[in-house]
Amino acid sequence: MMAFLRLLARNRLAAFGGIVLLLLLLLALITPWLPLLDPDVTDPANRLQTPFSAGHPLGTDALGRDILSRLLWGTRVSLAVGIAASLVAALVGSLIGIVAGYFGGRTDNLLMRGIDMLMAFPYILLALAIVAVLGPGLMNALYAIAIVNIPFFARNIRGVTVGIAHREFIDAARLSGKGNLRILSSEILPNVLPIIVVTLSTTVGWMILETAGLSFLGLGAQPPQADLGSMLGEGRRMMINAPHVAMLPGLAIFILVMSINLLGDGVRDALDPRLKSGALSRPAPITRIRRGAAPPGDGRQGRADGLLAVDDLRTDFEVGRTTYHAVNGVSFAIGANECLGLVGESGSGKSVTALSLMGLVASPPGVITGGRVWLGGRDLLALPPRGIRRLRGREVAYVFQDPLSTLHPLIRVGDQLVEAIRQHQPLSRPAARELAVSLLDRVRIPNAQRRADQYPHELSGGMRQRVGIAMALANDPELIIADEPTTALDVTVQAQILALIQRLRTEKGTSVLFITHDFGVVSQICDRVAVMYAGRIVEIGPTAEILETPRHPYTRRLIDCVPRLGEPDNEPEAIPGLPPAADALPRGCAFADRCDLVEPACRQGEIELIATDAERRVRCIKPLGIPTAASQGESR
Amino acid sequence: MTRYALRRLLMTIPVLLGLSVIVFLIMSLIPGDPAQAILGSYATPENLERLRADLGLDLPLPQQYLVWLGNILQGDLGRSFTLNRPVLDEVLERFGATLILAGTSLVLCVLVGVAAGIVSAVRQYGWSDRLITLLVLIGISVPAFWLGMLMIMTFAVGLRWFPASGMTAAYGGGGWLDILHHLVLPAIALAVVAAGVIARLTRSNMLEVLRQDYIRTARAKGLDEGRVVLRHAFKVALVNLIPVIGVQAGFVIGGAVYIETVFQWPGIGRMLVNAISTRDILLVQGGVLVVAASYVFFNLCADLLQHWLDPRIKA
Repeated sequence: MMAFLRLLARNRLAAFGGIVLLLLLLLALITPWLPLLDPDVTDPANRLQTPFSAGHPLGTDALGRDILSRLLWGTRVSLAVGIAASLVAALVGSLIGIVAGYFGGRTDNLLMRGIDMLMAFPYILLALAIVAVLGPGLMNALYAIAIVNIPFFARNIRGVTVGIAHREFIDAARLSGKGNLRILSSEILPNVLPIIVVTLSTTVGWMILETAGLSFLGLGAQPPQADLGSMLGEGRRMMINAPHVAMLPGLAIFILVMSINLLGDGVRDALDPRLKSGALSRPAPITRIRRGAAPPGDGRQGRADGLLAVDDLRTDFEVGRTTYHAVNGVSFAIGANECLGLVGESGSGKSVTALSLMGLVASPPGVITGGRVWLGGRDLLALPPRGIRRLRGREVAYVFQDPLSTLHPLIRVGDQLVEAIRQHQPLSRPAARELAVSLLDRVRIPNAQRRADQYPHELSGGMRQRVGIAMALANDPELIIADEPTTALDVTVQAQILALIQRLRTEKGTSVLFITHDFGVVSQICDRVAVMYAGRIVEIGPTAEILETPRHPYTRRLIDCVPRLGEPDNEPEAIPGLPPAADALPRGCAFADRCDLVEPACRQGEIELIATDAERRVRCIKPLGIPTAASQGESR
Repeated sequence: MTRYALRRLLMTIPVLLGLSVIVFLIMSLIPGDPAQAILGSYATPENLERLRADLGLDLPLPQQYLVWLGNILQGDLGRSFTLNRPVLDEVLERFGATLILAGTSLVLCVLVGVAAGIVSAVRQYGWSDRLITLLVLIGISVPAFWLGMLMIMTFAVGLRWFPASGMTAAYGGGGWLDILHHLVLPAIALAVVAAGVIARLTRSNMLEVLRQDYIRTARAKGLDEGRVVLRHAFKVALVNLIPVIGVQAGFVIGGAVYIETVFQWPGIGRMLVNAISTRDILLVQGGVLVVAASYVFFNLCADLLQHWLDPRIKA
């Protein structure tokens, strides 16, 4: 509760709305004791006085009644009626929702069909029909507004209740012999209460508005009783001669409803956990780049290394006040027609590394805080957004993990390909379409012509991933970044996709950055491999050598995780412990806590990547199989 | 698609029956003698007697309902005692005027709301987002009837740009330009609230969609941002928004009751309010029934549209 109030107070607009509302409520409560003129005493001699006239700070109405006094009394009535209507609607609606959601079956069916019926009427119309039957009057308007709002509560609460009613703790309560009534009041109600509060806080403004509306139409408060709506309705007749008579009550309704809505939005945001985490931020078209003054390294070094060179790349996630270092100074290079594997557990930073290269890390919260990415002599991170966009898909293309969520669900796969082609090549639509079909054909999709007209959900998982690959190939890129392209697929399809990538590599001479957590896959396709742990490369070198003689203890554990065919006794061994939290990386080796060879020196300071063999580097002071490497190593 | 449309069409039958039951029950709950209520206090005893026989008031309730429903299905909604003309004629005439007003408003609020929502989402936390958020908040908090009056004071009485009331000019009016001229103020006043709600939901929907993996794919293809937002993101957001627009149509039709009263628009809302104060029960009943039934059909269309736009639910 305190946390909730604190969240609410932090939202300045909501706090403002809350304060205004509190003042209005207070004013309404103490109105009877304020030194006001009687709101109903008429004084025809002083009719239609303008505001600021003697004795009547806000003037008088057509019958000479004091507007200030009527305004305060009217606010009192409007608030009372609006809140009462909301409470009635909340009570009845929630009750219906809870009962329908908890008991389910025919009860649910019957109740919800009734609610659907009510919702089939346009909102106000039903209220009008009810008032027509009950006759005009404030209480009847209250009932009418309450009834038409019942469906909102019933539907919202039912949805939540259904979600809760099938949880384990409800089953447990039932098994322990608790009756339905006790379960409803002690288990269900506390859990749906926040939703009731949210629905209430977002509808009470509406209900005040609508009751005022009925009074405005002459169907609510009847003279001499007055609420803000009926005052507005009476003022309408002299709108042109004495506008203040109508404007003031309207303004009062507006301020009242606005303050309630401000507060209501605040309540909803504070109670909606999704908004709390900031998850609803829109990712910018390109990752934010905030590099320090002089990033290390120069252009020449990058170019010398081949097609792509990454130099000391750093990417952070800034969530609230916490900074997570997802990529923590990663450097590697990929030569022409080379396949480099990037291996690590989930959370090791391998995907973020791959997405950083083309500025595709969601931002916020992602920020690239340092390093360079060289592609053909250009530092990609120094390019303007338009420059990076032109390279995306044309020189560097991506294949993502889950093709169901990464292909657009409402666009035919052929059109998605055509779009990728036409973005970078000046082709007519039919020509692009022809190319698209031939691409589908090239990735071995049978019946490509027909498949091109289908939607992603109509294809199988393997088929979808082939479409993803075809899309990456659309503009003959120099580098394909494949981010766990086979993880979501079953083993046979996995093998086919790997074979496909391998074949395209030899045919087209494309380079591949292949990201995976599976050393088995690496051994099939990668020339070299880089092992990542806690946002850093801990070992890099030719695949065969690393598989044969891993130098880093972590690499060895990863390789041991791969089950070997024909060796059923060789139970793959999980690595004990968890990687360190990315917002609190330890000094020294990040793997120290999980390493069985750890010694005090491992935790003392920064450990550099050191060369152990001709083409290999490892970030370990005691590399496996090399007794005295620590003293011979040169940094980087 | 055709099969779905047919099935969905069949599904509206129970809804319409349900509507008629509710309307019938509401009207039969009126205390006192329904014949007296229908014919008003000046009715002659002979007319009362005849109407009681017509309505089958001596029959049990379910049979009364069937008689009533049979009459309605034959297009007989009864006769209004205040206007002394068939309810159906009056209702259809008034409903036409309401459709012009509400239809214009709905188009207006969808265009403005969706555009504002997209800008707001794309410029999240920027100044245009803040401005739109503020306007939306004002829009959904302002009483439409009060806003209408403000507009009359400013643009009709003050600036004299638009007429303050009615649907056509008293002399020499009636052309579509004349109607359009009369339509501007009430249509805008009526659109404000719904535009606010639609803008708000468009914004949150777009923000939700823009986080999806397929948007990242679109960006990875090198598409320019305009295309990513309008073609890829909005396409999905629109499908989610259609039911919202359907609900808002209900609010627009309901809100027309206030706006028609403020602007003296000869629509069904004003007719209903008058009919309620004169206790012309048959007129109320006919009006409610026709508007509710057309709202059911509007939602049917929204459903079919959503179905047509989203191939995933075709299966």
